[in-house]
Amino acid sequence: MTTLQSAIRGIRPLTGRGGERRAGPVVFLILLWLSLVIAFGVLATLIVTIVLDGMPQFTSRLFTEYPDSSPDEAGARPAILGSIWVIVTTAVMTVPLGIAAAVHLEEFADRRRWFNRLVELNVQNLAAVPSIVYGLLALAFLSLLGVENKNIVIGGALALSLLILPVVIIATREALRAVPAEIRDGSLALGATPLQTTWRQTLPAAVPGIATGTILALSRALGEAAPLLVLGALVFVSFDPNGLLSGYTTLPIQIFGWTGRPQEGFHELAAATSVLLLGVLLAMNAVAILIRNRFQKRW
Amino acid sequence: MTSTIARKGGPGLDPGHPPAPSLRGRRRPGEALAKLALRIAAAVTVVTTLGIVVALLVPSLGFFAEVPLGDFLFGDRWAPRFADASFGVLPLVTATLWTTVIALAVAVPLGLGAAILLSEYAGPRLRKVLKPLLEILAGVPTVVYGFFALQFVQSTVLREWLQLPTGAFSVLAAGLVMGVMIIPTIASISEDAMSAVPQALRQGSAALGANRMQTTLRVVFPAAFSGIVAAVVLGISRAVGETMIVAIAAGNQAVIVTDPLQQGQTMTGFIANAALGDSRVGSLEYDTLFAVGLLLFCITLAINAISIALVRRFREAY
Repeated sequence: MTTLQSAIRGIRPLTGRGGERRAGPVVFLILLWLSLVIAFGVLATLIVTIVLDGMPQFTSRLFTEYPDSSPDEAGARPAILGSIWVIVTTAVMTVPLGIAAAVHLEEFADRRRWFNRLVELNVQNLAAVPSIVYGLLALAFLSLLGVENKNIVIGGALALSLLILPVVIIATREALRAVPAEIRDGSLALGATPLQTTWRQTLPAAVPGIATGTILALSRALGEAAPLLVLGALVFVSFDPNGLLSGYTTLPIQIFGWTGRPQEGFHELAAATSVLLLGVLLAMNAVAILIRNRFQKRW
Repeated sequence: MTSTIARKGGPGLDPGHPPAPSLRGRRRPGEALAKLALRIAAAVTVVTTLGIVVALLVPSLGFFAEVPLGDFLFGDRWAPRFADASFGVLPLVTATLWTTVIALAVAVPLGLGAAILLSEYAGPRLRKVLKPLLEILAGVPTVVYGFFALQFVQSTVLREWLQLPTGAFSVLAAGLVMGVMIIPTIASISEDAMSAVPQALRQGSAALGANRMQTTLRVVFPAAFSGIVAAVVLGISRAVGETMIVAIAAGNQAVIVTDPLQQGQTMTGFIANAALGDSRVGSLEYDTLFAVGLLLFCITLAINAISIALVRRFREAY
């Protein structure tokens, strides 16, 4: 009896938290929070410093004026229009292609065939290729076609399209995979062909997921500068781009150009343009997250 | 007696009646065409890869016809534009190595910390707020990160606050900011991996008396190891390929980097800078771009292959 009682006394009381109050776990939890706080701290610092830097130059002139050799006269109008041209062209080229490729891989491809396995592995690898390599690809392609001036809207859109194609494919596949098999089976049971099932049931059900992924991919393309830099987009554009073969510059490239100038005024302009670009990207990300949270169904 | 139930027709069963309608439907040439179009779309991705390989290889072959491969890979002087041109790529590789290592030193602990907090400690409501906030970090364009690295981290933090003896540019500032850029990549993939660990493993661990830290470190972490490795490897390949931050903040002097406070030019930084100058198609300068691009492509491809192999090797089956 006494041995049993002493044994019971030896057991530490089980407070529901199972030793969580001891020093080790508390320190661990503090470290975890610290890592998140540091990440958000940097984000906050970045936004605050850029807004403070850019404030003096964030005026309507930024939207209406052309670049100038004096920072107090310069604006980003051609860069804004150029970004719109390039992104719209990129979207028109990538979205149908990416969705079609994803539908093939997810709904029709026979995974036992070597070709389809190759495509799958390839999409995985393409997602890891550095963005600047896509710029080199577009550069080589345009010189193969004998294009003299590489800095044209369609060339930039080509590089960005190939860059975000794997992202669109991967996002679309995940959205399609989340559609339950019962919906497809029901449609097939009513006599629809596989293609009708995909077009009328599976794809509409996956639209929120596809839209989220596509918006995120396009926002990535909008912020991307490296491939366009290789294609020579860093030029003094003092006209409105007006077509697929027109010369252009984009917002990230304009920021890069102004960052490299020695005068302080141009750094303020770069900061102001960064605020504009960040604002647009945050709005796009917010829309994507909103779509995901509001419209994504759970079956 | 005549049956009221309609009987199946057809020559074999009931001569004289029409055959049963085929349930296979009519032939649809449009469908075959649509499926072909889908297949072509998938094939475009393979064409892209082939395009990358050919686009990089052809000018690179021109380059290696003039510069021996050994001189390129093991030479320690990179001066492609000088009169006595030298094409040793090691300076670019050392700078790339430094920025990558510094970036990982920032991104791996912080990213994993954030992932553990989100997957093991945060309730659903907290996670719903924190995860999109973390995704904002991934949405910041790299050119803005570069501007921030140059204007704030380099000139204000490193030079004014910490009084470090560095010039206008440094590999350290570029690496640190690049690390912040990679945090969301590592955090979100390893969070997915840890969330996928079945609840039963955590309950079993708790039933044996482990607290949450022990469960996380000794049960969830090893179980999710393949996903975590994949996240880190993806982080490496993003750090190696990142261009704008290093082009803005790391400087453009191609020297062998021995100290992170030095400036240095990475492989991507060289391509970006060289592309600014107008190099004629077919000139050696133009080919140099593609030779460095090919090396970059091979390195990221190798990293990715290692990642896929590691994931297979460490995959835990539940």
